[in-house]
Amino acid sequence: MLIWVMFKMALRSLLTHKLRTFLTALGIIIGVASVISMISIGEGARLQTLNTISKFGTNIITIKPGQKKSRHVTTGKVDTLTLEDADFVEKNISLITGVAAQVYRSAQLKFENKNTNTTVRGTGASYARLANFEMDRGRYFNNEEIRSAQRVCVVGSTVLKNLFEGINPLGKTVKVDGKNFLVIGTTVSKGALSWYDPDDQIFIPVTTAQKRVFGMKHVQSIDVQAEKIEDLETIKEDISRFLRQRHNISEGKEDDFYVQNSAQWLNSWGDAAKTFTYLLGGIAAISLMVGGIGIMNIMLVSVTERTREIGIRKAIGAKKREILEQFLIESVLISFLGGGIGILLGIGISRIVSNIGGWETIVSTQSIILSFGFSVAIGVFFGFYPANKAANLNPIEALRYE
Amino acid sequence: MIEVERLSKTYQMGEQKVSALDGVDFTIEKGEFVAIMGPSGSGKSTLMNLLGCLDLPSSGIYRLENLDIQDLKPNQLAEVRNRSIGFVFQSFNLLPRATALENTELPLLYGRVAKSAEIAFQALERVGLAHRAKHRPTELSGGERQRVAIARALVNSPAIILADEPTGNLDSTTGKEILNLFLELNQEGVTVILVTHELEVAQQTKRIIQMRDGKIINDTMNGVLSC
Repeated sequence: MLIWVMFKMALRSLLTHKLRTFLTALGIIIGVASVISMISIGEGARLQTLNTISKFGTNIITIKPGQKKSRHVTTGKVDTLTLEDADFVEKNISLITGVAAQVYRSAQLKFENKNTNTTVRGTGASYARLANFEMDRGRYFNNEEIRSAQRVCVVGSTVLKNLFEGINPLGKTVKVDGKNFLVIGTTVSKGALSWYDPDDQIFIPVTTAQKRVFGMKHVQSIDVQAEKIEDLETIKEDISRFLRQRHNISEGKEDDFYVQNSAQWLNSWGDAAKTFTYLLGGIAAISLMVGGIGIMNIMLVSVTERTREIGIRKAIGAKKREILEQFLIESVLISFLGGGIGILLGIGISRIVSNIGGWETIVSTQSIILSFGFSVAIGVFFGFYPANKAANLNPIEALRYE
Repeated sequence: MIEVERLSKTYQMGEQKVSALDGVDFTIEKGEFVAIMGPSGSGKSTLMNLLGCLDLPSSGIYRLENLDIQDLKPNQLAEVRNRSIGFVFQSFNLLPRATALENTELPLLYGRVAKSAEIAFQALERVGLAHRAKHRPTELSGGERQRVAIARALVNSPAIILADEPTGNLDSTTGKEILNLFLELNQEGVTVILVTHELEVAQQTKRIIQMRDGKIINDTMNGVLSC
């Protein structure tokens, strides 16, 4: 009963100073809104990335070149993997269904008077299958074209849009860093991430890429597809053992390559993204704290202004606890109000970010409950000192206060 | 009803101890109407604060309805103020943002009394302000505000009403009306203690206590003042 009356009184006193209440709540509004929108952006980025990564298949093992070490001195060059390593893996490792070596670099593409910068990926014939690229038109290059390092290319859908709007690209010639390539196929769009568009690339035979475009002898990664996910560990061990042998790495020395499967990569990416989310959330939480200090400040002013009122209440029989509660209710009400508006604003911001910025955002119930609970806790924490100050006022002095 | 024995209050003013009330004795029976008079600094405000349980004496005994007030803790004092004492101040001291009815209801809320709105409305009726129940203090005249304050003091049926210069901020006509209200209430059996410096006001009460320098110098019954 009394608590309801106190609530009404608190509301009335907040409504008397609408602008002041709004400005005080603004700190909390901004804090909660930023916590919610930051976490939603972080979570969205994380889940979207994990989805896309898992699209590449979880039965893929990737071998990446490591740093070559001579006498404990790291040379910094990462050119320990070659096409021959890829062939060797394909021939000697069992339980696998495909191997695709890759080299990639960004390059300028030119078709008639249009140009674009894109990733040029040199791959083996089975890459399209391993990386889940489906052909839209034409075909992927075959082993024969790879062996003879033909200048043919398969175009991703983003590049297609940029260079060949409204034109059938098959049979056309495109210049890659000034060299002519014949377009023999296009791929079906996979959909872009905000930071990575798998369709913004062209594929050329790995040999052509090494000899005619990039001028390199090594490969940058080798994808190995396992027949069954259960065999992943066995295959990884086999690859390590065979490659160590092939690279003449003696017992006790470190590998000059890394073998990872996409599940591991998925996990480590997920962890990194989570850290990123926490970081964003943490920064936002600081603004929530600042909002709390704003509440304390205004409540202190309010207590001073209302000294006489406190005196009256005490004279007619309000106990210390009841004065304390009254002021606490006020500060919690501010943070409650701010928290509520902040949640709506935060959801709004994340909607806007996903609509305009193209980032996927996920507003989790957890982040709402967390930030709302935190803001109410801040109301209690920062409201306590002013409320306690009010509760401890001497009634005689408070009544005399002008 | 009120028994005061050797009641003293000293304040620490820097290095010096100032004796605001110096060994006061008196008793007040139920149904009395007492005026306390005296120049400023005579200790009448201090006495009112002690009688109103807003402050504790430095020494002596204050017994209100057989309760030893000087031994109480702050929360118990708050309860006594709520239950047994009604305050009427010179400057009304109403909550500016609350309506007349809400101001009147407040002591009942702190006392957790049921049907508080009804009782508060009856108290407003008693002081003739039922028609102004929904108005805020700023919308009321000085006399009306003081009536609301009296309604608030009455609402808990307290043992005593302590009025500190209740007519001090009012014009003489309104002041007379307020004083008449106190007289009526007293005739109905309410004990009233009133601080005033107007002899005219004091003469209408049943008993006058005169103070100077923290002591009672005169305590006269029936309004017959021996100067």
